Formats: sequence, C-alpha cells, structure tokens
Amino acid sequence: MSIEWYIVLSSLLFAVGATGILIRRSPMVILLCLELMLNAGNLALVAFSRMVGNQQGQVFAIVVMVIAACEVVIGLGLIVALFRRKLPLNVDDLRELRG
Amino acid sequence: MEAVLFFLAAIGALGGAVGVVALRNPFFSVLALIVHLFSLSVLFLLLASAFVAAAQVVVYAGAVMVLYVFVVAYVGSDQESAWEPIPGQQFLAPLLGAALFIELSVAVLSSSLIALGTDGPHVGRGFGNPAAIGHLLLEDFLLPFEASSILLLLAAVGAVVLAGRRKEEGEAA
Repeated sequence: MSIEWYIVLSSLLFAVGATGILIRRSPMVILLCLELMLNAGNLALVAFSRMVGNQQGQVFAIVVMVIAACEVVIGLGLIVALFRRKLPLNVDDLRELRG
Repeated sequence: MEAVLFFLAAIGALGGAVGVVALRNPFFSVLALIVHLFSLSVLFLLLASAFVAAAQVVVYAGAVMVLYVFVVAYVGSDQESAWEPIPGQQFLAPLLGAALFIELSVAVLSSSLIALGTDGPHVGRGFGNPAAIGHLLLEDFLLPFEASSILLLLAAVGAVVLAGRRKEEGEAA
C-alpha cells in the first residue's frame, strides 16, 4: 500500500473527530473525539516516518501518546469534579466563563 | 495480503471513529473507540512500527480506556438531549467536517512529495522494534523523554487535586 492511502485515511479520521467535537455536547464524548484527532495525527506521523525510512517519527508518535494520556487524566478529573458538585455534564450549560 | 489487511483495518478504524461520534450512549462510544484503537495498531504494524503498535494496545486500549470505562460507570451514562443551541448544528457540523477532509486531501494529494506514491524505502527487520526506539529515546531524545515523564507526574498530581474529595465541600462550591 502506498503511503498516500495512510495519509488520506488519517485526514478522514481527523475530520470525523473534528465533526464529533462540533456535534456532541457531553464533555466525555468530546474528550473521546479529541483522542480520535490525536490518533489521526499519530497515524500521519508514523506513515511519514515509514515514507522517509527514519524512526524518529515513531518517537514523536510516542510523545503524542504521552500528551494524550495526560490530557485524558486531567479531563476526566475535571469531569469527576463537575459531577461531585452536581453541575450539569453538558458543555452548553457550563457557560459561566462566557462574557 | 497487505492491501486486504489495510482495508480491513481502515474499515475498522473508520467504523470505530464514526461510532464514537454517532452513538448516543457514552459507554458505547468508549467501546467504539477501543475498536478504533485496535484497528489503528494493526495499521501501525503494517507501517513497520511494532513498538508503537504495542504501546497503542497497552497504553491506550489497556490503561486509558479502562480509566474512561470507570469514569463512565461512575458518572452514569445518560443520553444527550436533542436540544440544539445553534439552529442547524447537526447539519452544519458534518458539512464543516467534510470541508476539512477535502481541504486536507487536496493539501496532501497536490503536495510535491514524490515519495508519497511509493511504499516507502526498504527497511530491515529491526525498523521500529523496541530496541531501536529505546535507543532513540535514551540517546537522541533524552530531554523530551524526561520532560514527558515530568508531564505525566504533573498530570497525575493534578488529577488527584482536581478529583479529590474536599473537606469543606460547601464553601468551595
């Protein structure tokens, strides 16, 4: 399979994740869609690393995985804190910081 | 053989991604993301990166998804309301997503990277195995490696601070 296929698949997955962030209103599903976008980026990084024949892109992918894990941990901590304070788990109802 | 595997994994990854977005119950969304992650690790194996594929399964499907399942079980998976704050959001958002995909595809397919149309150079058996990646991480990328370990520690401490039980619950809210 040529590298093009992987890159097109990765941009398709990225677009699906972006659509999910625009559509969904539960913060948990928005975090899942962020994971989709980060994974699409990972796929592109690994595909380009294969295209160049250099393993450094795979190290970048691993660093992206670490960032994703940190983001999930903080995001889920926020969701649990919201739930404890009986706030609605809906990004449209959490608009206190909006001007 | 490789093409068949690629298309099977691509269908799995795409189906999982669409499932995450389309399923109304957050618990099913998490399960769809697990399907997506396993398909992606197959794609990583096809791209000769064994260590990244293993890390994907162990870290993502193993650890991160278990965290998600616990939080969904704790918070409870109630359905989203159908109320739309922006009129036409359900139709506009897929349109914008499709526009993003077309834009990215045009950018990729019209790029002058000649190697995009090839399978990539021939690489030996050691390409992307744990020894090679570990060598890179500990010699060429030592500083980012240590920085990401500090980041993970900070995230763990931050999660405990955020989600921990407050003593004075009343005044904090």
